[in-house]
Amino acid sequence: MSEIKLPEGAPDEVITAAHVREIDLTLFGHNGSISLITLDNGMDHNRPNTFGPQSLASLNEAIKVAEASSSIAIAITGKPFIFAAGADLSALSFLNDREQALAIGKLGHDVFRRLGESSKPTFAFVNGLALGGGLEVALHCRYRTVATTAFTALPEVFLGLVPGWGGATILPKLIGPKNAVQVIILNALNNNTMMKSKEALALGVVDAVFEPADFIENSIKFAVAVLNGSMKIDRKDFTKDENEWTEAINTGKAAVAKKFGGAEIPQAIKALDLIAAARTNTLGAGFGAEDQELANLTMNDPLRASLYAFNLIQKKRKKVEGAPKPALARKVSKVGVVGAGLMASQLALIILRNLKVPVVITDLDQERIDKGLAYIRGELTKLVEKKRMSPESAARLSSLVSGSTDKSIFADASFVIEAIFEELELKQKLFKELEKIVSTECILATNTSSLSVTKMSEGLANPERVIGFHFFNPVAIMPLLEIARTPATDDATTATAVAIGKELKKTMVIVKDSPAFVVNRLLTRFMGEITDAIDEGTPPDVADSAMKPLGLPMTSLELLGLVGPGVALHVAETLHKSLGDRYRISPTMQAFVKEGVKTFYIKDDKGGLNPNPAALTLIKAGNKASTSDQVRIRALKALASEARLMLDEGVVSTAAEIDICMLLGCGWPLHLGGVLPYLDRTGISEEVSGQRFHPAGVASLS
Amino acid sequence: MSERVVLVDAVRSPFGKAGSLYSETRADDIMVRILRGLLERNPKVSPALIDDVAIAAATQTGDQGMNIGRSVSLLAGIPNSVPGYSIDRWCAGALTAVTTVSGAIAMGQYDFAIAGGVEHMGHHPMGEGMDPNPRYLAEKLVDTDALQMGMTAERLHDKFPHLTKARADAYAVASQNKTAAAYSSGKIQRDLIPVAVRSVELGWGVATVDEPPRPGTTVEALGALKTPFRPMGNVTAGNAAGLNDGATAAILASESKAKELGLTIKAKLVSFAFAGVEPEIMGYGPVPSTIKALSKAGLSIEDIGLFEINEAFAIQVLSFLDHFGIADDDPRVNLYGGAIAVGHPLASSGVRLMINLARGFEEHPEVKYGVTTMCIGLGMGGTVIWENPHFAGKAGK
Repeated sequence: MSEIKLPEGAPDEVITAAHVREIDLTLFGHNGSISLITLDNGMDHNRPNTFGPQSLASLNEAIKVAEASSSIAIAITGKPFIFAAGADLSALSFLNDREQALAIGKLGHDVFRRLGESSKPTFAFVNGLALGGGLEVALHCRYRTVATTAFTALPEVFLGLVPGWGGATILPKLIGPKNAVQVIILNALNNNTMMKSKEALALGVVDAVFEPADFIENSIKFAVAVLNGSMKIDRKDFTKDENEWTEAINTGKAAVAKKFGGAEIPQAIKALDLIAAARTNTLGAGFGAEDQELANLTMNDPLRASLYAFNLIQKKRKKVEGAPKPALARKVSKVGVVGAGLMASQLALIILRNLKVPVVITDLDQERIDKGLAYIRGELTKLVEKKRMSPESAARLSSLVSGSTDKSIFADASFVIEAIFEELELKQKLFKELEKIVSTECILATNTSSLSVTKMSEGLANPERVIGFHFFNPVAIMPLLEIARTPATDDATTATAVAIGKELKKTMVIVKDSPAFVVNRLLTRFMGEITDAIDEGTPPDVADSAMKPLGLPMTSLELLGLVGPGVALHVAETLHKSLGDRYRISPTMQAFVKEGVKTFYIKDDKGGLNPNPAALTLIKAGNKASTSDQVRIRALKALASEARLMLDEGVVSTAAEIDICMLLGCGWPLHLGGVLPYLDRTGISEEVSGQRFHPAGVASLS
Repeated sequence: MSERVVLVDAVRSPFGKAGSLYSETRADDIMVRILRGLLERNPKVSPALIDDVAIAAATQTGDQGMNIGRSVSLLAGIPNSVPGYSIDRWCAGALTAVTTVSGAIAMGQYDFAIAGGVEHMGHHPMGEGMDPNPRYLAEKLVDTDALQMGMTAERLHDKFPHLTKARADAYAVASQNKTAAAYSSGKIQRDLIPVAVRSVELGWGVATVDEPPRPGTTVEALGALKTPFRPMGNVTAGNAAGLNDGATAAILASESKAKELGLTIKAKLVSFAFAGVEPEIMGYGPVPSTIKALSKAGLSIEDIGLFEINEAFAIQVLSFLDHFGIADDDPRVNLYGGAIAVGHPLASSGVRLMINLARGFEEHPEVKYGVTTMCIGLGMGGTVIWENPHFAGKAGK
């Protein structure tokens, strides 16, 4: 086998060694031995086994040894808790030669397929996590067992690749097109959903499930049963029913269209092509096609942006840029929530569930408080019903939450967050009132989305304890938390806020207090361009489909419906006031709010979106229509110029933080890299500001 | 309130040499696997029926700590409703686990119990964490030799000069030969549960045979070994058990419940006894404990058709045989060899003796009674007398 060198600049490969041991089968009631290959990179489960060139070479050697041994079968398993997490992606971002990319794909196939083509029966004992190439090794084997606790997945399409080490070809043949589309497309697009062991068994991905306590022993027992014929594993021939394949591919295409708003996202389309071809393809031809697709995708910007974004999400989850030392954080022993509306109740619930400290809510009258408490307790009951929480935990949390119309119950709170009506004067008044009740160290946080936190803290005796704590809706699901520091906010307050955010399992970005922070500022700017285009006379469908090529999760006007014209207009007005004319007030939006039109689209019985006639009549259209392309370019330029301004103003310190905000705050897809890598690769960044946001090679080909 | 106690089944792990086969495998993991293997072999005994799980370990810290009896039950997936506890009587841990749960069964308090033991001497070297009271020496309560098992074996040689090193070595070679023969006819393997073993360097393996045996050992080879406990001594690594890792477990039940469920009965408990001797000659312990157990059973030594005596040291077996006038090479003793060959993971060994005795009972329906006995550090012996359920009345009483 030819040796493959890692591209220049790539980190050293963490080599996953493949060890072979002969297991005597006598005690299992069979003559002879089985060659058991263990994949182990010598590190604990926090650094899973991966496959780079040297790891593949080690596996190749191990298979050779196992082939040459007198054993009657070959099995492969992983180190404790981990089978293998797939290809070593760290090197992928450094490949700059298509031939090299092709060679790595081919190397994987050349090694893995020996397990499928061996003259000896081959088994995979999937003892733990098996992702991508990790699961593909197992798929090359003739039989598979999986531990009850092991998660498996083919996340390639999620990451911008195709399952290109055999997965896209073997899996459809093995489990049929419908299930293969489920695993390769639907699961991957559904936020990278992994299969539990039972699901993997039901889909046919594995043949048997055993508990972890004696997984290896029972897997060997299973292998012996297969070898001596007492266990028959039937494989269905799925190739005959062509309709089944057409149907499955169509299901996949529909899911892709839905996920990316109709954009043609190459890896998903190519994966579906590979699945479709598997019906009549030989394995060899399928593997060849996988190699080509893998090389094509690898040598393109969207994959580089995806890998950048994926790594960014992992990194930012752990490290908060600009966070003070964690040791400065104060202990939080009681939390107050001002307001008992839906947002406030959601905040109270997530804080209660994660901090498990007393949470008190206040509102103007008992009725609202009772409603808020009923919501919180109702959600806890639902969790118990879904068996996601024990009745004891629910009882404990339920007893920790209480409410009052009297704010003096905040007296011994260490953190009070407000989620009242978005009006500066109200919030200023509230903080002044709270300051008389709480201790001087109690943090006063605001969940405002666009008001000035600095102004809220003006005139307070202890402005250093005021901080912005901005969640996204729905609070329990959206992973981003913007933490806004005013010039007065001290490190202890910030450290405490970050510590709370960590407990809430949020990814945090610390921003300088400024209008609408990052996500809403960018979204409002960009939506403003769409509504402006409509106001100017661009037909709404033309304007709204302008962003289609980006593959965003929803169109601008769908997003408007989700946020609500009232909130959107309010934010736009705030930004217009604070940032100037580039944030315009749309007369159409004003009309929507005035007339109480809540959405631009109305859902029909089949889930399709149709323009709301009430909305259409309110559009104040001018006579200067733009094309879809013009609208898109203009919106992207607006994004680029706003992002550049934010960096210049120091709202955040790095471009990466703007990207993480867009990825996690509005769910923009990985292949855009958040957004800035996309603006770089389309040339928009340079056109707008004469410079890129990221150097070439960081989130793009170099 | 008096029930007959029976041995339903007993199994063990292959034994390993300390620092080798199981060096990267936790003691509790080995024990868990043996419990699961035992229950797998006995599907009629629903785990929820078990009234207690008594597990012995001589060093109850780390992977042998946390109340290992309860801990391994939970880890093995035995229902939460089944309690568990840990037991310690050094080498006689598992033997004591058996007698203790048997007492509860005999009193009618338990229907089913699991008794077993584990010792990972690689992870827990003998004497780990030991802190002998200074009074032992200050008041000359015991001699310094008493706390070093090898020294106690030398003291037995001193006490019985006619039990020579040559006899000990010959006994050890016979033990190796008997084990080799039992292995080659597949007798030992029947009650071994394969255990997956981890090694970062070698990958996963599965323990399927005992690691300590040295088939082909000769008297000449043993003669050349060093005597580590004293110059010109008698005790060597060849005529003593090694330092080993392993686990054992047994299901015990009341005879009535066992019959009700149609379980196999491998042996019936007749009597048991423990007795003390001077700690300096702890190896002599089985003599008084056996005398006591025989007397409780109303039996004499002649009634015993099979002996399973732990071979901590050859001299300790020889002193037992010598006392009862049994020949060194009496075929009734340790049918498949003993600890000198297969190893002695301290607290687990008691049940291994029962495994072998139960197989001996099957092979010898002419035998009515058998003995399992072992010596215990700090000067004790423990003995359990069993009746052969397969007894066909051909010989003996």
